[in-house]
Amino acid sequence: MNLGQQLAQYILSGLSTGAIYALIGVGFAIIHNATGIINFAQGEFVMLGGMATFFFFSALKVPLVLAVALATGVSTMAGIVFERLAIRPLKNATPINLVIITIGGSILIRGIAMLLWGKDTHSLPTFSGDEPIMLGGATVMPQHLWIFAVTLVVIVCSKLFFSHTISGKAMRACSYNRRAAGLVGIDVRRMVLFSFAISSAMGSMAGIIIAPLTMTSYDVGVMLGLKGFCAAIIGGMSSGLGTVFGGLILGVLEALGAGLFSSGYKDAIAFIILLLILFIRPQGLFRRGESERV
Amino acid sequence: MSRIAAAVVGIGLFFVAGLAHAAESIRIGALFAVTGPASFLGEPEKNTMEMLVKDANARGGINGHRVELVVYDTQGDVTKAVQLANKLIKNDRVSVIVGPSTTGETMAVIPVAEKEKIPLVSCAAGIKITEPVKKWVFKTPANDHVAGEKILLHAARHRVKHIALITVSDGFGASGREQLKGLAARKGFTIVADEVYGPKDTDMTAQLTKIRGSRADAVICWGTNPGPAIIARNMKQLGMKIPLYMSHGVASKKFIQLAGADAAEGIMLPAGKLAIFDKLPKNDPQLRLLRDYDQSYRKAFGVEASTFGGYAYDAFLLISSGARKGTTPQQIRDGIEQAKKMVSVSGIFTMSPRDHNGLDLSAFEMVKIVRGDWELTR
Repeated sequence: MNLGQQLAQYILSGLSTGAIYALIGVGFAIIHNATGIINFAQGEFVMLGGMATFFFFSALKVPLVLAVALATGVSTMAGIVFERLAIRPLKNATPINLVIITIGGSILIRGIAMLLWGKDTHSLPTFSGDEPIMLGGATVMPQHLWIFAVTLVVIVCSKLFFSHTISGKAMRACSYNRRAAGLVGIDVRRMVLFSFAISSAMGSMAGIIIAPLTMTSYDVGVMLGLKGFCAAIIGGMSSGLGTVFGGLILGVLEALGAGLFSSGYKDAIAFIILLLILFIRPQGLFRRGESERV
Repeated sequence: MSRIAAAVVGIGLFFVAGLAHAAESIRIGALFAVTGPASFLGEPEKNTMEMLVKDANARGGINGHRVELVVYDTQGDVTKAVQLANKLIKNDRVSVIVGPSTTGETMAVIPVAEKEKIPLVSCAAGIKITEPVKKWVFKTPANDHVAGEKILLHAARHRVKHIALITVSDGFGASGREQLKGLAARKGFTIVADEVYGPKDTDMTAQLTKIRGSRADAVICWGTNPGPAIIARNMKQLGMKIPLYMSHGVASKKFIQLAGADAAEGIMLPAGKLAIFDKLPKNDPQLRLLRDYDQSYRKAFGVEASTFGGYAYDAFLLISSGARKGTTPQQIRDGIEQAKKMVSVSGIFTMSPRDHNGLDLSAFEMVKIVRGDWELTR
């Protein structure tokens, strides 16, 4: 096994974890752009997606496809309810208050999931088989291809949504200037609700497609949420390609760091990158000047 | 007249109090991580303890002493464990403490127990708990190095020379890593890779790719679910064919279920006898006790008994045998230290002033996973 093959495996492994970080990161970015807050409950929607799928699939014995659809629905509802009960009732709250509320919300969601579904780790069957696929000396699982595909589809759909639909454009308008958007007749509060619905749906999709590989339990959301947040920061909180690259870069650096240096510093690498970006380029790696993107 | 009546009542009360004192109850305190990250330890421990105390009281208590149990949830938090230990000793006035569930918490509670002279029967595995021996501290899980030694004996028998370690970066993994490195050096193995992973990591292909690039003949993984299950799957993904050893930390059917029978095939690990009691030979001295424990646990809680609950079982048996001589903390401590060939869940305990764990290599059996089930292996 030569170094070239090892490198190929590190990069491929990194890309597949990175795609997950990207998907979670985009969820962060969408809410941030519509509301100006960082939704630290984003990781919990990832958990909800995986756990709800497991619940429908194993406890209620519905087919996997239906379980996935139901779980996405449940998590999206949870996102909507969260916005209605925890975010909207606060008038004139500062972003920092809202951020703290999302942290409280994440603890609450985690607690409810723990009481409902217990503390065990669960696994889901893979979507299409367990036979590894060889790619130039490196291997991936069929599930990794699902991860890449779903990430791609979600990103393309969100791009189309934000550029070509009235609601998408309205949400972008809110991110440029909330007051002006309100003045031209855009219902800003509805857009905020939309942003929560979209990002919780995205988060739950991420949770569902990784559950067959990484397994799921009531507390998987914390670390994944933080990594997704790192991805969004590297990407400068853009809901498009910036965050996607952010996630991929993070995943690859982690894998290379663990493989070539020391696996003890794998998480440290992610957070050192986060700190460096925040110090040196707080606007993100790919953003120039002041232009705000959604 | 009324004064005489008061005196009579007073004297009567005095006698009643005296009688109550004669059949004084034993107060057992328990500190378990019932919720939080270590809840997989604390929950079965609490269930087991409550089940045993209920049974003992139904049968008239320990030597006629009613047992009173006070359980606190430490949530796996070191600070809480220390506060609650103080509360157990000062407010609840317990004569003995069972727990805490994790090594970190236990190490923090030890000074309290030593200072207040209350026996502590820990349910955590770390070797530092009873080495060096502390007067008031015992523990029921076998030392990690016993499990490590079992693995290396097996590896040596199968002509393994170069080993790769992959351990989780928490207390359990760090202690296992330290023990394995020491043991491997003494037994003439070469460690060619020494990788770690985080307890919440979701992909270990990077570490395993590095191991694949080394000259390792076998991999030893030290962690608790779900990490080892992911490692088993990742090794299959990478097409690695070298033998994989796991620690006793995943010796439950849950592990096979998580990894999938396919990826778990051929994995070897040292298992406590509870996990495999239906595979034990008929003349095994622990067999009956293990079967009874599993049955009553299933009946009470609807799930199979776990090795971790077994640690609390051992603690309770040690305390009941220790309390034969008397119920003061000093008497219980001395009683536990004199336990000889006491058959329990984790093994057969023989305590001594120099050994406050009391278990040897016979506490584990090496098993191999074959078609989703355990099989004894030599």
